[in-house]
Amino acid sequence: MEPMAIAERLRSEFPEEVLQIYTYQGQTAVVVRPERIVAMLRWLRETDDLRMNHLRSLCGVDNARRKDPGLSRFEVVYNLYSIPLRHEIRLRAEVGDEDPAIDSVVELWSGANWLERETYDLLGIEFVNHPDLRRVLLPEDWEGYPLRKEYPLKGEAEWAGMTELLDKIKELDQYGFKPDGHDRNRSDPSKEAK
Amino acid sequence: MTRPIRQHLEVPVADGDGERYSLRMGPQHPATHGVLRVDLELDGETIVECTPQVGYLHRGFEKLAESKTYAQGLILTDRLDYIAAMANNVGYCVAVERLLGIPVPMRAKYIRTIVGEMSRLCSHLLWLATHALDIGAMTVFLYCFREREILLDLFEELCGARLTFSYPRIGGVRQDVTGWFIDELQRFIDIFPSRIEEYETLIDTNRIWLKRTVGIGKITGEEALDLGLTGACLRGSGINYDIRKHQPYDAYDQVEFAVPLGSEGDVYARYRCRMEEMHQSIRIIQQCIDQLPPGPIVSPEAPELVMPNKAKATIQAGRSEYGTSLIRLIRERDIFLSGDVYVATEVPKGELGFYFISDGNNRPYRMHIRSPSFIHIGALSQIARGELIADLIANIGSLDVVLGESDR
Repeated sequence: MEPMAIAERLRSEFPEEVLQIYTYQGQTAVVVRPERIVAMLRWLRETDDLRMNHLRSLCGVDNARRKDPGLSRFEVVYNLYSIPLRHEIRLRAEVGDEDPAIDSVVELWSGANWLERETYDLLGIEFVNHPDLRRVLLPEDWEGYPLRKEYPLKGEAEWAGMTELLDKIKELDQYGFKPDGHDRNRSDPSKEAK
Repeated sequence: MTRPIRQHLEVPVADGDGERYSLRMGPQHPATHGVLRVDLELDGETIVECTPQVGYLHRGFEKLAESKTYAQGLILTDRLDYIAAMANNVGYCVAVERLLGIPVPMRAKYIRTIVGEMSRLCSHLLWLATHALDIGAMTVFLYCFREREILLDLFEELCGARLTFSYPRIGGVRQDVTGWFIDELQRFIDIFPSRIEEYETLIDTNRIWLKRTVGIGKITGEEALDLGLTGACLRGSGINYDIRKHQPYDAYDQVEFAVPLGSEGDVYARYRCRMEEMHQSIRIIQQCIDQLPPGPIVSPEAPELVMPNKAKATIQAGRSEYGTSLIRLIRERDIFLSGDVYVATEVPKGELGFYFISDGNNRPYRMHIRSPSFIHIGALSQIARGELIADLIANIGSLDVVLGESDR
């Protein structure tokens, strides 16, 4: 089915939810409200002539510096594909400005579990009803969300875990653990032989 | 003398409910193929709970790409799946070309198809070598490296690098192929099918190999789709999904090849799929060599490799009267369209997707990498649960994950 026709059918099924439909480089995207995202994705997956059974990707976007007007600060983007029918569509859910949150789609695809964890990890978007919402790529005590636009490219301070690690090395040093080549004060053995 | 460090070496005691204990496997473990850590909850040798932990190799590529021009971003993709860097480069270029509407000359498309398939062979050979080594078939290891060496030499002839190529560029490829390269590649694909047979005689009907792979790590087609598996892991379960067929890019719509499918969805089925894929790659390379058209290798629409930043460009434009800098400035600042695309390519590990947002600037506003390894590791806990700890090694091997790609 043509992607535009899918988008129009989605609009007629969920008239309240769909905000905008556009096509760019042959790919159609639908901008939607976040509240009924699970219902919409379930409908796309289970309707007989759509059968969007493959969740290709799920990611978050920070719109803080984007030029397009009328977007909320954060959005979650779902790329769907139908393997039996070979058509695709993209859903962009506007999830708000402060404390962004959206329902989890893990009940539809278990594979969304880690993708949502990653989005939470890097952008701080909450996924309601997620079974195990923890950081996945960054350490659990990391502060801030790196993919937000105000997050600096280069940090000013050392990560707290790094100082802990250095302290641990000092602590272990007192047990005399000095493998070859790690002792800076050791004199060169070749010179000693002479 | 007892030192406090000893306490970590003692066997963990059972925590009250029977024989259950926890074991931390990795990140320094030869069978995890990189820095993958798996926290295991064991009952005897049966896995009760399996929690993979990634992120040891996180370098923040998605954040970094936002500060690089499109041409500079290419080098980041070398460091994703470093076993098949060329396939990542091609995937990145295809995505940026779609985003910015840059056409690619036919000759460049064919060359990129050739190097993409060579990179698939490289990856599958390394996978076969290490996967077999992990589960006890040591002989095949160096046989695979023998052939992989020829491929790496060919890459070296092509672009001077053996690991991080950055050979394709947006709108084409960096250099044309030489006659020597084509001749040597032809010689390689003439001998390679007999080499695949050699590997197969070593392991295909080996009783130990069959014991370790048949019926292990079974995934049904439904489960594989639910978990988001792609590539040979999905096709091993009988789902026919290959992006080279579904949404052809480069020259894949000009060549004939089959998509090997398994039915059982176990480790053995995934092994058979990858072996057949190597035969198909040879077919594709042969057709590309035969059909290789003459012509330019890079599109005139391609962005300049050196892009001045805004301030520098303005100064240059001010100095020259209708000079090239001014034209370059206009091309770099204004010709870029704004919009978003998701473009996927079939890399050896599965579906590698790039989701790009452009806001008309010469840097991507957002780049998301859908890496197959990340999703495959996420699926590991569901696949490994209830199986033996020894089979976890077979499962990690047959999912074919690379941590550079997973952690980004």
